[in-house]
Amino acid sequence: MSFFGFGQSADIDIVLNDAETRKKAEHKSEDGRKDKYFLFFDGETVSGKLNVTLKYPGKRLEHNGIKIEFIGQIELYYDRGNHHEFVSLVKDLARPGELTQSQTYDFEFTHVEKPYESYTGQNVKLRYFLRATVSRRLSDISKELDIVVHTLSTYPELNSSIKMEVGIEDCLHIEFEYNKSKYHLKDVIVGKIYFLLVRIKIKHMEIDIIKRETTGTGPNVYHENDTVAKYEIMDGAPVRGESIPIRLFLAGYEITPTMRDINKKFSVRYYLNLVLIDEEERRYFKQQEITLWRKGDIVRKSMSHQAISAAQRFEGSSNPEKSQSKNAEDDS
Amino acid sequence: MADTIADTRRLFSKPQNLNDAYGPPSNFLEIDVSNPETIGVGRNRYTTYEVRLKTNLPIFKLKESSVRRRYSDFEWLRAELERESKVVVPPLPGKALIRQLPFRGDDGIFDDSFIEERRQGLEQFLNKVAGHPLAQNERCLHMFLQDESVDKNYTPSKVRQA
Repeated sequence: MSFFGFGQSADIDIVLNDAETRKKAEHKSEDGRKDKYFLFFDGETVSGKLNVTLKYPGKRLEHNGIKIEFIGQIELYYDRGNHHEFVSLVKDLARPGELTQSQTYDFEFTHVEKPYESYTGQNVKLRYFLRATVSRRLSDISKELDIVVHTLSTYPELNSSIKMEVGIEDCLHIEFEYNKSKYHLKDVIVGKIYFLLVRIKIKHMEIDIIKRETTGTGPNVYHENDTVAKYEIMDGAPVRGESIPIRLFLAGYEITPTMRDINKKFSVRYYLNLVLIDEEERRYFKQQEITLWRKGDIVRKSMSHQAISAAQRFEGSSNPEKSQSKNAEDDS
Repeated sequence: MADTIADTRRLFSKPQNLNDAYGPPSNFLEIDVSNPETIGVGRNRYTTYEVRLKTNLPIFKLKESSVRRRYSDFEWLRAELERESKVVVPPLPGKALIRQLPFRGDDGIFDDSFIEERRQGLEQFLNKVAGHPLAQNERCLHMFLQDESVDKNYTPSKVRQA
């Protein structure tokens, strides 16, 4: 905070080197708004420039050092004061001194580890950001630039189906089956419900996707359940021997990958809840956990962005036809 | 788009037995509360209702039954179910104590429209309760629906397949 007419101040601005080419991803903020941020993956380098622009040209700006940090942190809403930083890197850009004119500093955080996916939930937030600070005696000038990180997985080697017989003795017996136990975010849940015994009057049946966010440890564990999807799969009364198909496209719902015990601070797990409702509005349900994972685009699956551009530059020079098809995949 | 299209074909299922598909369903249960009759004279009058049941559920000993019950029998059943089972028992239609006070302009609890309102409420109550899988395990429910009279000194117990 600077008093008008007293001393010098500056605006600082962080600009990434690949701002033109890097993809952006949508991410919901705490208040529900959806914003776009630059998308990074584990191992990618974060580099750019810090512009320090003096407010009043001609006046000097005295400072105690200029630095830029790359931070990955977990913030529990009920414990706002304590940020748990799991990645913390710093680059000193300038030793204490003074600026007589606006200045630009280059920075590079090489091959930064980003072990977890960015997540904004009901009781916890995990975020990555760059923070530039111009330290001063009375008050620092700082600016933050949030980025979004996605964690990618490859097709699981083992992906067994889920098949189970459940029921209430002498009243209702069903066998449910889901084609997989691990689904990627744009996958389709294919399954069926087979009725073995129906002695109650069923009105309809639905399948819900429930997200459970767990924060805290030991006696202070807190679960937050959120029904992310409700999908009616049957309307009317089934009889014995009937098979009801399930086909649920996940791409339309707001879901994240399954996150297990992230930095020992929180988990985000997903459950399929099969619900049968009878004529008297009684609900019979069976919950089953599924694992959700994020599939990389074909091009990005195993190469970092820099490696891809390097490969394209090489191919462009020797084989123009091949580089054109590679670009088409990139845009999809 | 180099992504493969997901396989969304239906999972295999056994063809349904035609008897199962077109035969009577296994969940047939009909309960009617009807034919209110006021018996007795003067201050000792009370109304009874016919409780008729038709079912093919094996848990019920009789596939058809008809008994007569009065409002206090329904109250007894509700109290037994609340105590003996884990069921959240629905409410009965009102006790109408006000209607039992003297110097009323109408027939009090023997008023036709009141009896009809109560009959409907009792029917709704029984249908809700009798279809509940946990309530069906209680001896008191079966005694209420199918025994000639309600023995309030009975020993509460659970019923298995008849």
